[in-house]
Amino acid sequence: MSMTATVGRAHADPHHIGLVVEHPGPAPKRTVTAYGFWVFLLSDIVMFSCFFAAYAVLADQTAGGPKGSEIFEQRNVAIETVCLLLSSFTCGMASIAADVRNRFWFYLGMAVTCVLGLIFLAIEFREFADLVSRGYGPSRSAFLTSFFSLVGCHGLHVSAGILWLLTMMAQVFAKGFRADVLRRMMCFALFWHALDIVWVGVFSVVYLLGSGV
Amino acid sequence: MPAVRTVEAMMLGKLDWSAIPFGQPIPLIAGAVVLVAILAVLIWVVVKGHLPYLWHEWITSVDHKRIGVMYILLASVMLLRGGSDAIMMRIQQAVAYQSQGYLPPEHYNQIFSAHGTIMIFFTAMPFVIGLMNLVVPLQLGVRDVAFPTLNSVGFWLTATGALLVNISLVVGEFARTGWLAFPPLSELSYSPGVGVDYYAWSLQISGVGTLVAGINLVTTVLKLRTKGMNYLRMPMFCWTTLASNLLIVAAFPILTATLAMLLLDRYLGFHFFTNEAGGNVMMFMNLIWAWGHPEVYILVLPAFGIFSEVVSTFSGKALFGYRSMVLATMAICVISFMVWLHHFFTMGAGPDVNAIFGIASMIIAVPTGVKIYNWLFTMYGGRIRFATPMLWAVGFMVTFIIGGLTGVLVAVPPADFMLHNSMFLVAHFHNVIIGGVLFGAFAGFEYWFPKAFGFRLDERWGKRAFWFTFTGFYVTFVPLYVAGMLGMTRRLQHYEVAAWRPWMIVAAFGMAVLTIGVICQIMQLVVSIRNREALRDRTGDPWDGRSLEWATSSPPPVFNFAFHPDVRGEDAYWDMKVAAQQQSLDHTAPEYHDIEMPKNSPTGFVCAFFATIMGFALIWHIWWMVILGGIGAIATFVVFAWRDHDEYVIPAAEVARIDRINLEERRGLVSMAGMI
Repeated sequence: MSMTATVGRAHADPHHIGLVVEHPGPAPKRTVTAYGFWVFLLSDIVMFSCFFAAYAVLADQTAGGPKGSEIFEQRNVAIETVCLLLSSFTCGMASIAADVRNRFWFYLGMAVTCVLGLIFLAIEFREFADLVSRGYGPSRSAFLTSFFSLVGCHGLHVSAGILWLLTMMAQVFAKGFRADVLRRMMCFALFWHALDIVWVGVFSVVYLLGSGV
Repeated sequence: MPAVRTVEAMMLGKLDWSAIPFGQPIPLIAGAVVLVAILAVLIWVVVKGHLPYLWHEWITSVDHKRIGVMYILLASVMLLRGGSDAIMMRIQQAVAYQSQGYLPPEHYNQIFSAHGTIMIFFTAMPFVIGLMNLVVPLQLGVRDVAFPTLNSVGFWLTATGALLVNISLVVGEFARTGWLAFPPLSELSYSPGVGVDYYAWSLQISGVGTLVAGINLVTTVLKLRTKGMNYLRMPMFCWTTLASNLLIVAAFPILTATLAMLLLDRYLGFHFFTNEAGGNVMMFMNLIWAWGHPEVYILVLPAFGIFSEVVSTFSGKALFGYRSMVLATMAICVISFMVWLHHFFTMGAGPDVNAIFGIASMIIAVPTGVKIYNWLFTMYGGRIRFATPMLWAVGFMVTFIIGGLTGVLVAVPPADFMLHNSMFLVAHFHNVIIGGVLFGAFAGFEYWFPKAFGFRLDERWGKRAFWFTFTGFYVTFVPLYVAGMLGMTRRLQHYEVAAWRPWMIVAAFGMAVLTIGVICQIMQLVVSIRNREALRDRTGDPWDGRSLEWATSSPPPVFNFAFHPDVRGEDAYWDMKVAAQQQSLDHTAPEYHDIEMPKNSPTGFVCAFFATIMGFALIWHIWWMVILGGIGAIATFVVFAWRDHDEYVIPAAEVARIDRINLEERRGLVSMAGMI
């Protein structure tokens, strides 16, 4: 063993800058959970970006079918957008209510969020069903393929979010505002807000830009 | 009759007796052998009464060390499966000159597709993820990863993917499209069977597992480090783990999205990548390689980390140019996302685009070169011990440089136009993946095995394994370079060119040497387990190591460290030994505290069970079973969320008892070192 040979090299800060701030140790659980969920959300946004990219590539490939401007209905999209943005607000209210342990406002905030989410989904479902019945389903052209996938992927996320929302309400009902329930609630709120951000992208790239063409 | 058929279709989807390959002896016999082996092991486990032990200590374990070991075990088994495919291919190409060989084309195509898929997704990935799981929390001086139960879910989902690939051997078929299933060949019109569906669903499911592992390890490295473990004091393996898992988080969603698009095309008649209705095949190429190129760095960066640890330990010196190594790692992490187009220069994107990606591909060789020099300078002037891990490291340096040089060669677009999809390319990526990732995995295996199990591996068999594998690699793959230069393209089931034949025969001979290497590796394991008492490592520090994993006993207690170690510099454990600041090791009667550890949970296993059902049902269009599997998986998570106690307490007295044994052994070591 040649331990003595390298004693002088064993220390950090080899350039003797003297500015090494000692790391305080493992972070608390709440921080760790939130951080991990942020990382997941980033990965989810990478996945959305692939569908955005596919839409950008295929948007002009209508194969003799309809263009975006012929099938998008601004009024519906406006209502959808308002619902979703409002639901982010009510979700925020529910989060605050959870933080101050107020069950009534928590349930109310979550319930309104749920209803707004369901209205959003219902409008989207009607839009899809209407297109399919007119023969403009996703198999009609590559444009419609990418449109249905991008918007549908967001819709699936909202559906999953609503399932999660109901689970959170049930958890608070059964377990109260326990530390682990609050951590999950924080993750749920992050998820719901992230879906809003993605929708802003969908709204701009698909419906606003698409209507002009 | 039609009514009966409809009911059957509802119950069984596309599945019927024709799915079992009764006419093909090779998969049938292979499948039967595997099935008998699995049954035999199961019966042995049940009869011997090991089932409760396996269930409580391993299957439901959320201990990162156990999960790491299970990952590596999965990888080793799949290495044998992928290796068998390789042997069959080498034999086929050796005999299939002006003849059909012994493998019919549709079978041969499945074999090379399965070989690539298995080796990348179910051998290399679980091997490196397993080593990271096993080692990183120990090196960071913490008790577990950030999300222990999710960690178990991730492992079991990976196992699900591997299981589905192996089921395809006997029920139905595997993809015949190559390991990345390029459309339009992989579209329904050209691949109407279930092969591509097996491929896509197994990767989707295991991909979720990989993403979970990635998120977990990124969070662990960034948020769970012991006191004083500043970023620039982390062992190099933690840095490369961070880089690799950042790449997983950024790249694997691309794979998920791309395969989802392919599946939508196949299942619902979408037009992402079809030839009709405006689909765009080259979009698949761009997307899949935007994942695929980072993927090779996901695999090789942890291997670089392993070599850094091994070279530094066995040279008895701190790693040369630690900061430049960190910088090089992160540079590779970023640049790896900017080179994907070099996989299809022949697409015809134009000279400007090709030139940019060609130059980016050459630039990425620079940080890699920095690393090579750092390892060499670490060895320079050191007292080198050529133990087995060090042999793999040196073998890697030689081999990887050759692979890197041929890589720079194919990064030149005009050269690539000649070499694209040739055997030269096949030789190149095997050169870097075997020479880089596999050698790294073996080095890590030999190096950390004593930590995981408390005894060393037999050095004699280890060295034999190294030399046979090392030699076998060159004898197998240098001929492929030559054949590529002679114009041989990849994936040929048979050929007519006489000039290629001798090289194929040499390569088959090389494969035999490689196989002896693998047998030596198995022998090493058998011999070592048999002689484990003689090979026992009582100190927890068999290699005179430098980082914190060697500061605890071998195998470490479930809580890893009785105290979070206080880190004062790079090479944290070396510092403790050298400066003999034995606060945490030497001082008598420290005050022990209760430790809370996460409880075991069957969530991962149960979730994977439902995922297997769902995956199988999706492949065979058995819709009721899909719904059942889906509901089961969701219900599993809800049940998990409902539990009231997720931690148990190890009392201070027990912690003290375990820690004192470790301290006793180590005190002997320290006083011995002091005498020298």
